[in-house]
Amino acid sequence: MTDAARVEEAIDRLLTEHPPNETAPAEFWGAQYDAGLAWVWHEEGSGGLGVDRSHHPTVMRRLTEGGADTSNRRRNVLGIGMGAGVLSVHGRDEQRQRWLRPMFTMDEIWCQLFSEPGAGSDLADLSTSAVRDGDEWILNGQKVWTTLAHVAKWGLIIARTDPDAQKHRGLTYFVVDMEAEGVEVRPLYQITGEAEFNEVFFSDTRVPDDQRIDDVGAGWRVAMTTLMNERVAIGGTETPRGSGAIAVAVDAYREPGVDDPVLRARLLELWAESEAARLTTIRANETATVGTPGPEGSTGKLSWAELNKEITAFTVELMGLGGTGFPGGYELTRPTGMPDYDPMRAFLRARANSIEGGTSEIMRNIIGERVLGLPGEPRVDKDLPWREVPRS
Amino acid sequence: MTGVRLSYLPSEDQDLIRSAARKYLTEKIPSDRVREIMMASEPDRSLWDELADLGWAGFLVPEEYGGSGFGYPDAAVLAEELGRAVTPGPFLASAVLATTALLGSGDPRRHGDLLSGMADGSVVAASAIYEKRRGWDPEDIDTTANPDGDGWVITGRKRWVLSAPHADMFLVSARTDDGVDLFAVPSDTVIVTPTPTLDATRRQGDVVFDSVAVPAEARLGGGEENLRRTLDIGAAVVASEQVGVASAAFDMALDHARTRFQFGRAIGSFQAVKHRLADMLTRLENARSVALHAVRVVDDPVELAIAAPLAAVIAGPVANWITGESIQIHGGIGFTWEHDAHLYFKRAKAASLLLGDHGYHLSRMGDALGL
Repeated sequence: MTDAARVEEAIDRLLTEHPPNETAPAEFWGAQYDAGLAWVWHEEGSGGLGVDRSHHPTVMRRLTEGGADTSNRRRNVLGIGMGAGVLSVHGRDEQRQRWLRPMFTMDEIWCQLFSEPGAGSDLADLSTSAVRDGDEWILNGQKVWTTLAHVAKWGLIIARTDPDAQKHRGLTYFVVDMEAEGVEVRPLYQITGEAEFNEVFFSDTRVPDDQRIDDVGAGWRVAMTTLMNERVAIGGTETPRGSGAIAVAVDAYREPGVDDPVLRARLLELWAESEAARLTTIRANETATVGTPGPEGSTGKLSWAELNKEITAFTVELMGLGGTGFPGGYELTRPTGMPDYDPMRAFLRARANSIEGGTSEIMRNIIGERVLGLPGEPRVDKDLPWREVPRS
Repeated sequence: MTGVRLSYLPSEDQDLIRSAARKYLTEKIPSDRVREIMMASEPDRSLWDELADLGWAGFLVPEEYGGSGFGYPDAAVLAEELGRAVTPGPFLASAVLATTALLGSGDPRRHGDLLSGMADGSVVAASAIYEKRRGWDPEDIDTTANPDGDGWVITGRKRWVLSAPHADMFLVSARTDDGVDLFAVPSDTVIVTPTPTLDATRRQGDVVFDSVAVPAEARLGGGEENLRRTLDIGAAVVASEQVGVASAAFDMALDHARTRFQFGRAIGSFQAVKHRLADMLTRLENARSVALHAVRVVDDPVELAIAAPLAAVIAGPVANWITGESIQIHGGIGFTWEHDAHLYFKRAKAASLLLGDHGYHLSRMGDALGL
């Protein structure tokens, strides 16, 4: 039987034995995991069928058509979208057995603890420490910009285990229990007045050695697997023509009293840029399906980040004096669920687009160095032990 | 458009077209030869004969008229390669614009002999459309075609006519009592005055139609709709050519940034240069996307009305910007006549004006979107 036929058969059986409209989502997700349809490219027994990743769109399409709830991928994105990939590549069998199924069923939410106040673009300079103590590690330090930390059971964390090694080599990757002693989660309010993110403090938090992912000192390599998945996830979502931020700009332009040739020209420029970036995303996904990602796969994040800032700022301009208001005010709250789209909040939130998941400056370095093959900048930190690297 | 998902991946045919064209143009028409042809006092015919032998003159002409019978997505690949090589000659004028106008006319079979001649390279056809500096819209056509016995008498002056000095036949747009249409007029009945061009690899000229009498069958019969469709398809193919022009200028800049050392380092290691190149690649990929899309929707009038001006709106400025930045990254050598950077800069600028400037395309795109 071909791989495609195996996938189709597994989908048929899942939908027949667990009709989505009669099955609770968590139960369906468990059955989906057991059927190898959570991540088809994973090995059998780890939520997959051991087939090529190109079969994944078929699974998503057929399950959506069959009425299945696929929101777990979005709601537990740091686990299902990133953690699972790390575990599948770098984890051990017993780790996959322990974590993957409850991750997929949403019984356990995951978060990712990478950025620190002192280590953003230069992530490898991070200073949260993990010191070995018998079969355990003792964590101390502070992480920032942690989505979902306040509801998460598990965190993917990278910590410094050898301060005397060169900075990329002294890092180790762990899974930390967010309910363990010495973990404190505080909301981090952003310029919108909301706290989508958290700060997380570790004070002598103990992590069993069997929650270490891959070798001691291999943390940087493992983290790169996670970040690559994140960049693809941010750039790669296909949307219908004229939807998203540009739709809001078009609506604002159509409000009575806006008719103006200068504004029209700017709107159309942005519409065209938006449509071009959208087509590039579609093209990048199509190329990636064939298995040979082209340069268009790397430029998408940069395009969208810069464009979204321009479009949302222009939308506020279209609102005229209305753009001086901020409906609802700055309440300093944690958003719950999906709030209604608000152009003023979107204008402020967009500033993060070119910072999160790799700043636009870092993206340009990546495109310049990895895609175009240009040499890197001379480095002063390269051959020094981490302890001796100058830092602010 | 509805329901059918377009593919932007190259077909096997298109991969073959690209590699064959790249090889031929690199080996046989390097920039030395381009420069020779562009500096010659008379238009070159030998190159066009060569390209006709390769089947490129009749690339879009159906096989029944002796052409190669390819479609627009295929022709766009060839146009991109010709742009990469800033190849001189009447490909855009004859093999794209005039061919499209004839195939979209009321009855292409009536022009079978002309199409056959165009396909074998013996006849070069040029479209004589524009009369005013900013007269891209068919509304701006003042040239008249008046009935005279069984035929027509055409009077008017066309300017900036692409490939006019090459042309054996003009497809001239003229106003009749029942609207604008195209008429096939042999070049020996008109007065052609070659005019120097910004992009010297493509010749232009003024063409005067001084009460030229033509038979009834000279009228193409597709009306203004066929003219607008031809110009839209032309804009889509030009966008592909601009992608080729921009990608060649980009490749030159990238190569220079890797190999040129200052301050003891390759200049491409400086972020001021590296980030510029990253932005150039990013915008180039977006231009490629709109160009690929436009040539895939030529049979859908509603979508073409959006996609063609969209392609021009993105690809024109991107090509102008990248070819300009390529000169900048090359520094002093990029400003010399000897270096090829200026050939691309000039080609991009002229091509971004030939069928409508940025504002014209932007506004038409807005009209098509109801904005």
